Amino acid sequence: MRLGSGTFAACCVVIEVLGVALFLRGFFPVPVRSSSGTEHQAEPPAPEPSAGASSNWTKLPPPLFGKVVIVLIDALRDDFVFGSKGVKFMPYTTYLVEKGASHSFVAEAKPPTVTMPRIKALVTGSLPGFVDIIRNLNSPALLEDNVITQAKAAGKRMIFYGDDTWVKLFPKHFVEYDGTTSFFVSDYTEVDDNVTRHLDKVLKRGDWDVLILHYLGLDHIGHTSGPSSPLIGRKLSEMDGVLVKIHTSLLAEERETLLPNLLVLCADHGMSEAGGHGASSTEEVNTPLIFISSAFERKPGDIRHPKRVQQTDLAATLAVGLGLPIPKHSVGSLLFPIIEGKAMREQLRFLHLNTVQLSKLLRENIPSFKKEPGFQQFKVAERLHANWIRLYLESSNSEVLVSLGAKVRRQYLDTLRTLSLSLSRQVAHYDAYSMAVGTVVVLEVLVLLLLSIPQALSSEAELDVPLSSPVFSLLFYLTSLALLGLHVMVCTSAGRSCYFCSLPWPAAGVVMLLVSALLCVVASALAKTFLDGKLLRKSPAGSGSRWSELELLILLGTVGHVVSLGASSFIEEEHQTWYFLVNTLCLALCHQVYKNCFPGPDRGLQCCPHMADVCDCVAATLQGRKPGGDGAELWGTHESPASLATRPGHEKWVLLASPWLILACCRLLRPLNQTGVQWAHRPDLGHWLTSSDRKAELSVLAALSLVVLFALVQRRCSRASKIAMALGLLGVYCYRAALGNVLLPWRQGSKDISQGIVEARFVYVFVLGILFTGTRDLLRSQVTTADPKVRAAGLWELHSGLVLLAALLLRPHNLPVLVLGLLIQTVMARCIWKPLRHDAAEVTIMHYWFGQAFFYFQASRVAAGHLPGLGSDQPGPGFWHSPTRQATEQPAHLQPAAAPPGVNCGPRMGPLGSSILRKLQQRRHGGRLGRLCGPEHLRGGPGCVPDGVCDVHGARAVGQPLGELPELREQQRLSAASRLLLLRTDLFSSRFCVSRLGDFPALPLVHMECVFSKASLRGNASAHHSCCLRILHSHGPDQHEVSAKLSRPWKIIYF
Amino acid sequence: MKDTDIKRLLYAHLLCIFSIILSIFVPSFFLENFSILDTHLTWLCICSVFVTAGNLVLYLIVKPNASSKRSSLSYKVTRFLKCCIYFLMSCFFFHVIFVLYGAPLIELVLETFLFAVTLSAFTTVPCLCLLGPNIKAWLRVFSRNGLTSIWENSLQITTISSFIGTWLGAFPIPLDWERPWQAWPISCTLGATFGYVAGLVISPLWIYWNRKQLTYKNN
Repeated sequence: MRLGSGTFAACCVVIEVLGVALFLRGFFPVPVRSSSGTEHQAEPPAPEPSAGASSNWTKLPPPLFGKVVIVLIDALRDDFVFGSKGVKFMPYTTYLVEKGASHSFVAEAKPPTVTMPRIKALVTGSLPGFVDIIRNLNSPALLEDNVITQAKAAGKRMIFYGDDTWVKLFPKHFVEYDGTTSFFVSDYTEVDDNVTRHLDKVLKRGDWDVLILHYLGLDHIGHTSGPSSPLIGRKLSEMDGVLVKIHTSLLAEERETLLPNLLVLCADHGMSEAGGHGASSTEEVNTPLIFISSAFERKPGDIRHPKRVQQTDLAATLAVGLGLPIPKHSVGSLLFPIIEGKAMREQLRFLHLNTVQLSKLLRENIPSFKKEPGFQQFKVAERLHANWIRLYLESSNSEVLVSLGAKVRRQYLDTLRTLSLSLSRQVAHYDAYSMAVGTVVVLEVLVLLLLSIPQALSSEAELDVPLSSPVFSLLFYLTSLALLGLHVMVCTSAGRSCYFCSLPWPAAGVVMLLVSALLCVVASALAKTFLDGKLLRKSPAGSGSRWSELELLILLGTVGHVVSLGASSFIEEEHQTWYFLVNTLCLALCHQVYKNCFPGPDRGLQCCPHMADVCDCVAATLQGRKPGGDGAELWGTHESPASLATRPGHEKWVLLASPWLILACCRLLRPLNQTGVQWAHRPDLGHWLTSSDRKAELSVLAALSLVVLFALVQRRCSRASKIAMALGLLGVYCYRAALGNVLLPWRQGSKDISQGIVEARFVYVFVLGILFTGTRDLLRSQVTTADPKVRAAGLWELHSGLVLLAALLLRPHNLPVLVLGLLIQTVMARCIWKPLRHDAAEVTIMHYWFGQAFFYFQASRVAAGHLPGLGSDQPGPGFWHSPTRQATEQPAHLQPAAAPPGVNCGPRMGPLGSSILRKLQQRRHGGRLGRLCGPEHLRGGPGCVPDGVCDVHGARAVGQPLGELPELREQQRLSAASRLLLLRTDLFSSRFCVSRLGDFPALPLVHMECVFSKASLRGNASAHHSCCLRILHSHGPDQHEVSAKLSRPWKIIYF
Repeated sequence: MKDTDIKRLLYAHLLCIFSIILSIFVPSFFLENFSILDTHLTWLCICSVFVTAGNLVLYLIVKPNASSKRSSLSYKVTRFLKCCIYFLMSCFFFHVIFVLYGAPLIELVLETFLFAVTLSAFTTVPCLCLLGPNIKAWLRVFSRNGLTSIWENSLQITTISSFIGTWLGAFPIPLDWERPWQAWPISCTLGATFGYVAGLVISPLWIYWNRKQLTYKNN
């Protein structure tokens, strides 16, 4: 079967995507979910099990508690309550824990110990997985089944005060709420006063059922000054006072109602020794969980070692306490001490409800659930329970009932533990089989692509896919049979759920057939290559090595770069790899040029086998093709490569100088933008140019660049495009002038800075116009005339349109990058690729290398707000390759503005950035900022701040242009080696600190958004776009890696 | 080509390696606090002097192309001066290449230049000793099929391996390992030295293994 190159490539891409999708599905464990999705249908609660005699208790049991108050103190570590600090600062709580009617536990939070996932775990009882991050991108509201939603459905009136994360998660659930933002991390009094001030009023009123308070102050203290700060003690005393107030009020009210009230003290996560959270260290994971109610028995004696439970257990317990169905996805088990005081029948009923819910979850998530020990235990427990009910209804001897009931209860508790454990384990489990199948598919396609490159790039641009040969069909049948057998074996023996096994049989069969077909194709291609190689070796013409030094360099460089991505150190400084490789490539080209210009004394055609091969190939092409084909047109003048030496003098000198010119250009661009991690703080030309007092220089540079750009691009355009291009470039300058980046000679000193939307749209019109013309030409060349000239013209039009777009999107000081990129491309095409007859593959890879290098020359950033007028979904121009015979004639692939998909997040942050700005302005007008960010809040915590902290005027720097920062630096007398750090907090924070460089080589994952928004606010997105993304890229999948990174409390922003 | 030739080549190369080893250990007798990493510049100077001296001694002892037609004093002097100029030019050339590769332009000029000198001592000096200031001969040796003796063959191998060593030595510089030898140009000089030594060791062995296949034109 013969396929065109394009069809072949498309097929490969489709199969590759399939393989990658299969791999990812196996790699990211899907969190435990019930298949009934997110709808909250009121399923009838499981009736009491009964054997023979029918039990009439099919409704949910009534609530155990009247009013429930949940006090969630952010970052309350277990030893703050149960340790010496608790004794010292929280006397009332300690009293309650030790002697009062309470049950206390140490609840273990699962990483990431960050507020939002923890709140979700508390109310849903499930463990959020990585897939949740993707699923919840567009909806902040919590759609999963949870206690709060159930309570609302049951008509409970809920009131919430505290962290506004709750308000976002449950937008319409609370009858009354007041959210406080954790925006200002240095503020640890007002956030809590905002909560406490409502307390008196609410406690007096009786018109609510559930009250949730989320106190943020402790977490803020932890972030600013660590867990050993004296402020912690004061805050704990304050919290103790709040508990006293609530508890006494609840007790007083209880006298009038029948049901006892419940006070729950819990925390979302702990606090590490450095004051942060996010990782999985013991201090961050262990939180107190205290239930206080008069329903509980008073315990004598001192309990210093509370039982360890899971944080997810709270959801089930709360649901039972409020008389609600247990959330469907909850993996927690009921905390038995809470229901211990109830009658045996009720206890068993609660336990039964919980086990039924867990076993249902197990059944939906694990295909072989019947083999699970938990499920078998559940069956046994249910049978025992039924027997017990029969006995109970027959009202036999109460002593027998109690002893039997205790047995059933024990069985239930064991079952709960087993079920909960196996469900939690389900979350952290890779689906190795799907991953393996995906990897095999991807690797096969890769090998096939590699093997078919020579064929696909040859003159016919076609390749033979051997599908029908009998040997291979036999092989195909055998392998597919074997693979299907393997599939059956794996799927029947797999204990855990496996995505690939859960696919319907035909789909899995098709994938297996695909795998075996690919295997056969690869095998045949291998055999063919091998045979060809043998033939070639036998023929006398194939003496000498088949690879020239340049080809070897290109191959090794590309492979080496890919290998280097395995190490995070190389990823952080990937730009250096590219600069180095591009330089080496230039030197190798230089060597080749010189070799051809000065052939040695005894060297002619025969000494240069590579060149001879090329010539042979060209000759063969010419003979094999129809006269008049584009091959003849392109390779018409049949020079021998040795004739470089016979060229006229000046042309020869141009050829000789061109590699050096390219090298010099690359070297000039290097100091323009510092990027990476280690050296990003170095002063660079970009900062110098963008500072506010260098506007004139920047204007001249930008104008000059635009003029040169026009001169470079206009050669190949039609007249209409030329005019459009000129107007468009003018529009680019006007846009920059409107934004205030550059000066207009006739508008000196005018201060009105607009958004530049009009100018930007003006340019976009021309971009679209040029692109349209180019597309039309291309289509025409495809459909009507097979004229390569029209096609080339169309490609050039597209090229110039993209150049114009890049000129608009690049920041003005980066325009020289675009200019030099185009210049280098022109020089390469004219002086190197054409005379040296590089083939399409080589030219493509060189384009790729230069494209990568130029991507880093412009510092790989597309800042938010840099897509004027178009909204947020416009991708940057991409690299485009079409390896045809006209490769040397093609327009530039060197599009420096092209951003990799990850960095395109920049523009998407636009709305977020503006919202932050707005928030900030509101705050500034409120006049609170100065008070909140005063330097007095920054004392303490020397352990986490290496080089003295000073407040760089707090949030004043946020949202102000970069020009302000040098003076800030002077005021603060910072050394050149300092850089601005942002104290970590939640998504937004307001604190800047200055620290020595090199202390924090890597950035935590959770603050990526923070970096983006801050950077874009400043109008100068810094290098950390790239490095943050790189870290995500390198460590993202590995949970432990991520949590390790998260534990670092600092964030490098800038300098 | 006889085995004795290869033996002579081996001994000559051992002498070169010995000179490098001497440059590491001798200065510590005369200088206080000498170590390769801490007083790197000193070591660079000493190493280049030792390697140059070693090559000159070799040249005088072995005289690989002894058939010098004229031997008047003035000819020798001009030849020597030409060699000096070539050496300087190669130093500057290497310096420029380093800067193009990203070496700092203004800071650390002395370091960069001394590194260029060292690399020249590893590569240009042997070429000058063996081939003289003769561009044609150089081009012949470094083109594909222009070798005329095992000396030229070993010269080719050592030069290329020095360059490759230097090239590989640049890789650790930007990484975040925080080692003292990552400072410019220490890792590169170490890479060059290792490459040179490796070339010295490998070339006799390689020639010995391939002595059946190797044929040299005698022109």
